[in-house]
Amino acid sequence: MCDTCGCSSGQDEFTLHTLSKEEPHNHEHHHHANEHHDHIQANKKVIPVETDILAKNNLLAERNRGFFEAKKIIAINLVSSPGSGKTTLLERLILVLKTTHQIYVIEGDQQTMSDAKRIEATGVKVVQINTGSGCHLDAHMVNHAVKALEPEDNSILLIENVGNLVCPALFDLGEEKRIVIASTTEGEDKPLKYPNIFQSANLCVLNKIDLLPYLDFDLTVFKENLQKVKPGMPLIELSAKSGEGLTKLIEYLESLLVL
Amino acid sequence: MHEFTLAKNIVEIVEETAQKNHATRVLEVVLEVGTLAGVELPALEMALESLEQGTILVGAVIKKNIIDAVALCNQCGCKYKPDDYYSICPECGKFGATIISGKELRVKSITAE
Repeated sequence: MCDTCGCSSGQDEFTLHTLSKEEPHNHEHHHHANEHHDHIQANKKVIPVETDILAKNNLLAERNRGFFEAKKIIAINLVSSPGSGKTTLLERLILVLKTTHQIYVIEGDQQTMSDAKRIEATGVKVVQINTGSGCHLDAHMVNHAVKALEPEDNSILLIENVGNLVCPALFDLGEEKRIVIASTTEGEDKPLKYPNIFQSANLCVLNKIDLLPYLDFDLTVFKENLQKVKPGMPLIELSAKSGEGLTKLIEYLESLLVL
Repeated sequence: MHEFTLAKNIVEIVEETAQKNHATRVLEVVLEVGTLAGVELPALEMALESLEQGTILVGAVIKKNIIDAVALCNQCGCKYKPDDYYSICPECGKFGATIISGKELRVKSITAE
């Protein structure tokens, strides 16, 4: 069923595509109702549960995290709304980073392999997760994707989440850092409107600064809004198109490798 | 928010608990939901209603304990009730607080037989 509205379109189904000649494999969980016919007289009792509703995802995320730590892989979760320029930014980043590091990419979208194909053209190993009706990546999907990628030690794993400023906020993937990408064409109020996701991130990247001369976007107001929602949040202003500011993001990523 | 994912998780947690305790029928499920957990309660109720069919939860009363948000100012240590995810400390007037309660999203207990 669709995660958001409950229409039946396949519960818990996502498709993992590798860009080899392999057939894509569907991953389905079917939850069956437990049917107990217990004829013994049972007593009514209160059973404490005290379980976080997102416990399962969080546990699997920690397993992913442990795997990354053991193999010294820096995993980055990139979140943003659709159209912020995430994929273009990744393309630019990869072309620079791959000269000195092994890069792996997980692409997340509801449908199509467009983004994975773009990343493949940069020459790095990538897998595409199609969530179908799902609106976010979760630790389970990432777990499968990482197994398909077989990343080497001391590498960088870039996870491009489904374009969505709401849902990905709650789902830990096991990443080391979460980067929220906003763009100048989206307006200065996005941090205030979507506080959850901005608060959940470690770094904010403001993309499309090359368009500032043509927009009414007020950079000062954006920075103020960002600081209201997450005081001390670092911000990198850049343009994936022109390349301006890209070195700052590269330096940030490289600083993580040193730690 | 995708309350369906949450509802699915609630059903799983309740079924697992019932199974572990050899219960065959769940009469009540108590949830703790913080005001800042980002959950749309009517949507969650609707999702649970549709998902509980054919499960051990069918007919169970879903009780929701709402947990009020409390923020701890990172600057002056004052505890206050925030209006939202970001708010100014009433003591020192600065932004920047840690939410110490209000983000809960858990199954507290079940009553079963």
